[in-house]
Amino acid sequence: MDAIRFDGVHKAFRRAGIDFVALEKVDLAIAPQEFVAIVGPSGCGKTTCLRMAAGFEFPTSGEVTVDGRIVTAPGPDRAVVFQQFALFPWKTVFENIELGLRNKGVPKAERGDRVAEAIALMNLQGYETAFPHQLSGGMQQRVAIARAYVLDPDVLLMDEPFGALDAQTRVVMQEELVRLARRNPRTVLFITHSVEEAVYLADRVAVMTRRPGRIKEVINVKPVRVAEHWDDHARIEDVMDLESFVHLRTRIWKSLRDEKGSQDR
Amino acid sequence: MVSLAQRPLTSAETIGYGAIGLAAFLALWSALSLTGLVPRQFLPGPLEVVSRMVHLVGSPFAGATLPQHLASSFLRFAYGFALGAVVGIPLGLLMGWFRWLDDIVTPIFDGLRFIAPIAWVPFAALWFGTGVGGPILIIFAGAFPPCLINAYRGARFVSRPLIEAAQMLGTPSRRVITEVLLPASLPSIVAGLRVSAGLGWQSLIGAELIVASTGVGFMMVQAQLNISTATVMAGMLAIGLVGLLIDVGLRQVEGAVRRRRGLQ
Ligand SMILES: Nc1ncnc2c1ncn2[C@@H]1O[C@H](COP(=O)(O)OP(=O)(O)OP(=O)(O)O)[C@@H](O)[C@H]1O
Ligand SMILES: [Mg+2]
Repeated sequence: MDAIRFDGVHKAFRRAGIDFVALEKVDLAIAPQEFVAIVGPSGCGKTTCLRMAAGFEFPTSGEVTVDGRIVTAPGPDRAVVFQQFALFPWKTVFENIELGLRNKGVPKAERGDRVAEAIALMNLQGYETAFPHQLSGGMQQRVAIARAYVLDPDVLLMDEPFGALDAQTRVVMQEELVRLARRNPRTVLFITHSVEEAVYLADRVAVMTRRPGRIKEVINVKPVRVAEHWDDHARIEDVMDLESFVHLRTRIWKSLRDEKGSQDR
Repeated sequence: MVSLAQRPLTSAETIGYGAIGLAAFLALWSALSLTGLVPRQFLPGPLEVVSRMVHLVGSPFAGATLPQHLASSFLRFAYGFALGAVVGIPLGLLMGWFRWLDDIVTPIFDGLRFIAPIAWVPFAALWFGTGVGGPILIIFAGAFPPCLINAYRGARFVSRPLIEAAQMLGTPSRRVITEVLLPASLPSIVAGLRVSAGLGWQSLIGAELIVASTGVGFMMVQAQLNISTATVMAGMLAIGLVGLLIDVGLRQVEGAVRRRRGLQ
């Protein structure tokens, strides 16, 4: 059974009395423990897709299912990393990351251990008692990621999670995410503007058309990655230099470029 | 003048200008009363008022000393204010969360809130007497609306992603109110408490002018009957000072909340 399915999903928003079509017939099936990245022009409906999988938004027609069940509400089985972080400003870094575990009824001692682990993973040691407004944008983003990771969810929904990071931190996070994904695979729906990031991280990359969004094509990266032994390279720049990587990147880039070109009107 | 208005003032300048304003006010007041331009009975001078006030601190007037009157007023105020907060804040938060509750309460609330607290005096006295209960109802009438409105606004305009984040982390719907709405609304709520305390304190004195057998308002009515204008003014001064103290206290709370939130 697919972990996440979009079946003929159509989404219109009503704005100022007129229907505004954001998504038009989106079909996408994500297998359990598969890592799928979505790339597409700004405003094409990537976030809207993710929000429907999360249970914040519902299709106008069509179906979004997770584990075979139609999504009706948000829940901790689908941890979300928001594009705008959405940290609780009145909670410390520690408390922000801890809330999900508290809601699950995890005992205090275990909570402390798991939060500490997530904090170490995200390189946030020493900031446990800081408030979000005392952190840089990149650090806030790492707290948001830690808050999702710590739940150890079946499904991770990540909306441009590395967008606010500087180039170096971003690379570290990408490598870390790949390590995590290989060691402890889970279903990931990952939105990004970076084609490199998508090719490096994902098993498959879905390219969306400009608004109203549809899935234009899905590029299968995993067979290439396995055949060409990408995972033997510890560093992202070594992978990016591989001919097989460059080839896929160029292909997706062209596909996207056609979309952006047709946007002029 | 233009350059002054555009440049932020140093705190010394702010205090200096404040002192100028106060001095001018006192000078005008003294001039009016001391020169006999206005009869002393109509307007006692500043010195006379202050010395009367000092006198009232030690010797009873209308059955109690000034501090005793103030204590009795303040206690009533504290009850009414606390009641307004305890009812207004949770109700406002719930109205911000449950649309149906908003729809039920808003028409009633809008219908009642333009009635000045003082207008409740006859019924307050009728239902709860003129001792403690009646005045508390009147303070409540003044203190309750800002508590409710600010809690409601705070809850209503909580950023959506924060609610969604809490839901995604498995927070049950009921607990979203305490986990997100309340803390997110806190800056708005404490701002409301300041307004609420001001209105409550004003309403109380108004109420005491009509009902009650102790309190600063009562003392002033008795003074008026005795044509002791200096006592009336000493009462006004005391009301102003205590009101200021309450506001300064709550301003500290507000500042602490905002600083903790990184809002200033
Ligand atoms: N709540 C809403 N009400 C009205 N229109 C909306 C709403 N949410 C999204 N839209 C519209 O739907 C379209 C898709 O938005 P979405 O946020 O999914 O885009 P996106 O692909 O994530 O863009 P970006 O890459 O810039 O984040 C946009 O044109 C947006 O204006
Ligand atoms: Mg988006």
